[in-house]
Amino acid sequence: MHDYGYNGALVFQVMPTRMIPALSIKNLSKVYDNGFEALKGIDLSVQQGDFFALLGPNGAGKSTTIGIICSLVSKSGGTVSVFDVDIDVDFPGAKKHIGIVPQEFNFNQFEKVEDILVHQGGFYGMPAPLARERTEKYLRELGLWDKRNVPSRTLSGGMKRRLMIARALIHEPKLLILDEPTAGVDIEMRRSMWDFLKKINEAGTTIILTTHYLEEAEALCRNIAIIDKGKIVKNSSMRDLLKQLHREVFILDCVEELPEDLSIEGFTTHRIDNHCLEVAVEKGQEINQVFQQLDAQNIRISSMRNRANRLEEMFVSLVEGAA
Amino acid sequence: MSLNEQFIAFMTILRKEIKRYLRIWTQTLLPSAITMSLYFVIFGSLIGSRIGEMGGFTYMEFVVPGLIMMAIVTNSYSNVVSSFFGAKFNHSVEELLVSPTPNYVILLGFVLGGVTRGLFVAVVVTLVSLLFTRLQIHSYFVVLVVVLMTSVLFACAGFINAVFANSFDDISIVPTFILTPLIYLGGVFYSMDLLPPFWAAVSKLNPLVYVVNAFRYGVLGVSDVSLGFALSMIAFFAVAAFSFCMYLLNSGTRLRQ
Repeated sequence: MHDYGYNGALVFQVMPTRMIPALSIKNLSKVYDNGFEALKGIDLSVQQGDFFALLGPNGAGKSTTIGIICSLVSKSGGTVSVFDVDIDVDFPGAKKHIGIVPQEFNFNQFEKVEDILVHQGGFYGMPAPLARERTEKYLRELGLWDKRNVPSRTLSGGMKRRLMIARALIHEPKLLILDEPTAGVDIEMRRSMWDFLKKINEAGTTIILTTHYLEEAEALCRNIAIIDKGKIVKNSSMRDLLKQLHREVFILDCVEELPEDLSIEGFTTHRIDNHCLEVAVEKGQEINQVFQQLDAQNIRISSMRNRANRLEEMFVSLVEGAA
Repeated sequence: MSLNEQFIAFMTILRKEIKRYLRIWTQTLLPSAITMSLYFVIFGSLIGSRIGEMGGFTYMEFVVPGLIMMAIVTNSYSNVVSSFFGAKFNHSVEELLVSPTPNYVILLGFVLGGVTRGLFVAVVVTLVSLLFTRLQIHSYFVVLVVVLMTSVLFACAGFINAVFANSFDDISIVPTFILTPLIYLGGVFYSMDLLPPFWAAVSKLNPLVYVVNAFRYGVLGVSDVSLGFALSMIAFFAVAAFSFCMYLLNSGTRLRQ
């Protein structure tokens, strides 16, 4: 393994014999001053290089968890380690590994875009020439270089989100935490942000993402934890989680007009209109059987889609199940 | 963080602070120069000429040290209170809180920002005062020590105000209802000898009395209180205020949930 230090020198590191988790949380609890128990002893482990989704309804405890990791919220109990650095033992050491993109805009709206990044580099002890070099690098990569001299308040919502990502990356953290980074961002901008995040994840940065756009989590993340009412209700790989879906509903667009008395043996169907059919596929069934039966009735399929996002269905069933 | 990294973080905060008050110099530096010029004209020239001598000096010579100190106190205080509360209000203070910058470096950065503004304004006010009177410094050492300790003390006081403030009203209440009366009752415009014994004793609870008199000693060589005691009191208040600021930062009071 190798890494580039602040001075740009190539630093060789010995490969560890066991993979240290990027984030390890044990029995983490938080009770606010008003008595609200936001976290009820959660355990969580995120492996290095992972793209991890932390999902949950509003008020579930996601932002509290993130706040504790980056020191904006004091924990009531439990331990948090970032790359094996316990925040109770060496919080500054742990903070060096973390980049945080919060939910709300939290930069000085009167400062120039470039200054925000250069100052942030300074807060991490980076010499000014290196901070300026990195500022240019990330502002260019996130399409903000042309805006470097404008006050940050003049940026659009999407640009402000990208500015916060650039700021979080200025010290090139090994763990990047994004708290709803694409909230209020148009679909085109969202997809370009996805591409950027995939790129830095492929380059080795571990990413933890919270989002309300479940298709975003499904598209980007390999592992997932769902938190509800201060407890982790599910923690598995995205693939395993989606496999647990008992039922998926597909919408089929047919070329030929559907007969009034159409039936597909073994499947529940609903005729939406003359060319559109909804088919429920239970766990253990194969969609090929549907195609074969339709083909036998001389009905061709022009396109097919899920009725709802698969993760969304799983998420709703888990959260409702925990209620 | 290594010491070098901590120094970089400190200089980043300090440079940011200096840049901030220089950018808005019409709000930060100019008002003090104008206000103090008015004090010099009204109290020094117009009214002062009728008052006669005080403490063996012309009234103008007597009030100049107090007015310079008044500018240092108000500017070092207001710089930190407005800057730190502004950072808290727009949440940009989180940029610092999530970084590995140690708390004492954060505090030193903001306090030194306030100190430099206090010194900057002190120089401006001193230059303005030279239009009205001659200044002969009795002890440069005492002047320097008093100016530094006082600006640290009131920069820390501004920091404490900013931490507890919930609104912009809260950062103007303390200067208006506490700081200004303490300054006016701190012997800027009169000698403590003029006060009845009871009020002279009460005045000794006012830290501004020590600040004004120690500085007046540095400039004119006269003071209503013992210099050693005055310096000790300023040092005591400065250390206490700095320690309390560190407690607030370490405990995360009003900054972390």
